[in-house]
Amino acid sequence: MSAFGSYFYNIIHSLHTVVVGMKITVKHLFTRSATIQYPTVKKQIPERARNRLYVNMDDCIGCNQCAMACPVDCITIETLKSTPDVDLGLTSKNTKKRLYVPQFDIDIAKCCYCGLCTYPCPTECIVMTDVYEFSEYDRHNLIYSFATMTAEEIAEAQQKLKQYETEQAAKKAVAAAQVKVEPPAAPTQEPPVQPAT
Amino acid sequence: MNIHSLIQTVQSFVSNEIVLAIALSILPLIFVLTYVLFVLYTEMKIAAHIQDRVAYMRVGWHGVLQNIADMIKLLLKEDIVPASADKLFFRLAPYIAFAGTYAAYAVLPFTSIFIGANINLGLFFLVASGSFVVVGILMAGWSSNNKWSLLGGIRSAAQMVSYELPTSLAIVIIAMITGSLNLQDIVRFQDGGMQNWLVFGGSLPLQQKLLLLPFTVITFIIFLISSNAEINRTPFDLPEAESELVQGFFTEYSGLRFAMFYLTEYANLFTVFAVAVSMFLGGWSSPFGSFMSGPVWGVFWFAAKSYFFVMVQIWVRWTLPRIRVDQLMYVSWKVLTPWLLFCLFAVGIILVV
Repeated sequence: MSAFGSYFYNIIHSLHTVVVGMKITVKHLFTRSATIQYPTVKKQIPERARNRLYVNMDDCIGCNQCAMACPVDCITIETLKSTPDVDLGLTSKNTKKRLYVPQFDIDIAKCCYCGLCTYPCPTECIVMTDVYEFSEYDRHNLIYSFATMTAEEIAEAQQKLKQYETEQAAKKAVAAAQVKVEPPAAPTQEPPVQPAT
Repeated sequence: MNIHSLIQTVQSFVSNEIVLAIALSILPLIFVLTYVLFVLYTEMKIAAHIQDRVAYMRVGWHGVLQNIADMIKLLLKEDIVPASADKLFFRLAPYIAFAGTYAAYAVLPFTSIFIGANINLGLFFLVASGSFVVVGILMAGWSSNNKWSLLGGIRSAAQMVSYELPTSLAIVIIAMITGSLNLQDIVRFQDGGMQNWLVFGGSLPLQQKLLLLPFTVITFIIFLISSNAEINRTPFDLPEAESELVQGFFTEYSGLRFAMFYLTEYANLFTVFAVAVSMFLGGWSSPFGSFMSGPVWGVFWFAAKSYFFVMVQIWVRWTLPRIRVDQLMYVSWKVLTPWLLFCLFAVGIILVV
């Protein structure tokens, strides 16, 4: 194209492209906007989305498997053995609970939302929920404590366990002494304590 | 004091010449402030909807009070003056820029009975006060002692120099047809309906009008483009250029002074389109002849027409990208000016013959 021709072509072309562009924008002006008014309107999140962890303490048997699976070590579990005279109830899978769980802390600030803790759980009590709004001003508020036991209950359980253990030790000592006295009779003897189930 | 004497004092107060002058000069300011609030809101809304967003929704119904909240925020902000800035000029610049803009309102014919200053050199005064804004901008750019601000200021000056020319040429063409530089006279020339508008050749004999028609339409389009460039708005917003110059000349400004520049920009926006409307689209005169005409309807038509073009400008702003500096110069010197010179000669020949 000659310089003269391209001069006029450029003018026509630029005017034409302006019109084309303005047509597009005016079309968008009257289309529905894509905005979701977030805090008031929330988008449905996927069914299997992984967000905040939740632990159903009624089902927890204190097996520590979730804490072992956690790649960032954000779960801290402490357990306490129960004495035979205490019935801790059944889980939803009809297995017996044998351990107190005085501490079950999840530092959700460390959590990487991988969901690896949920798979090994035998009772499916640790789950990922759809809650994703839990920001805090203080980082320490992000350490969630799921344990349901109060300090008194823990102290009581500990004391009970201690008492039971000393009792057991004493009985064992007595049994051992008896065994020493009558060595041949020992194998046929009945066990000194019947576990009260 | 009884009511009668109170009314008398008020009357004597109003009839006092100085008081009246102050009152009349404040009248456009009230208009400008309300208009700026309104146009800021609509601009944000249009911009958002063009991009499929919704803009402010929280403050008031659909965010109508957002601008008032922003204004209060700006008033409460700290007024920062950079340590190495030229303090006097830095403080002075926003007021000079706004004074230049506001001076232009003196010659805008709001309606058939109200014009701030009915002077014969109205359009000339407009061009002059429009250039005064650049002084403020250049001052702001220089005194900020900041590379980007300085670049913004220089660009603004360069842009103004090159785009003043097409604007003035368009004004000359209008002056040739109407025989006046007074905007009130120009609007009167176009009174009496849509067919008398200067964009369609004005109220001349039909033969002359048909011959003039193509040239006035071209002049009108060119005037719109060049006035768009004069107010530093996209696609000609090189002095501000958020993405390259970080707001250019008002990078260093904060608080009330920043608000002043903002006000200047939007007040300028109205001025240029008000002038375009007065020059080409009959200003305050009704498009339907004597129907819906009169001083009060005049204000309505004037504001409505100007506002329509402000809307179009916003639409353009959110459509087109910013042009390069060399393209800016190309458009002005190689396209707009030659075409207007051609129109000028053609109109002159038609009017003489």
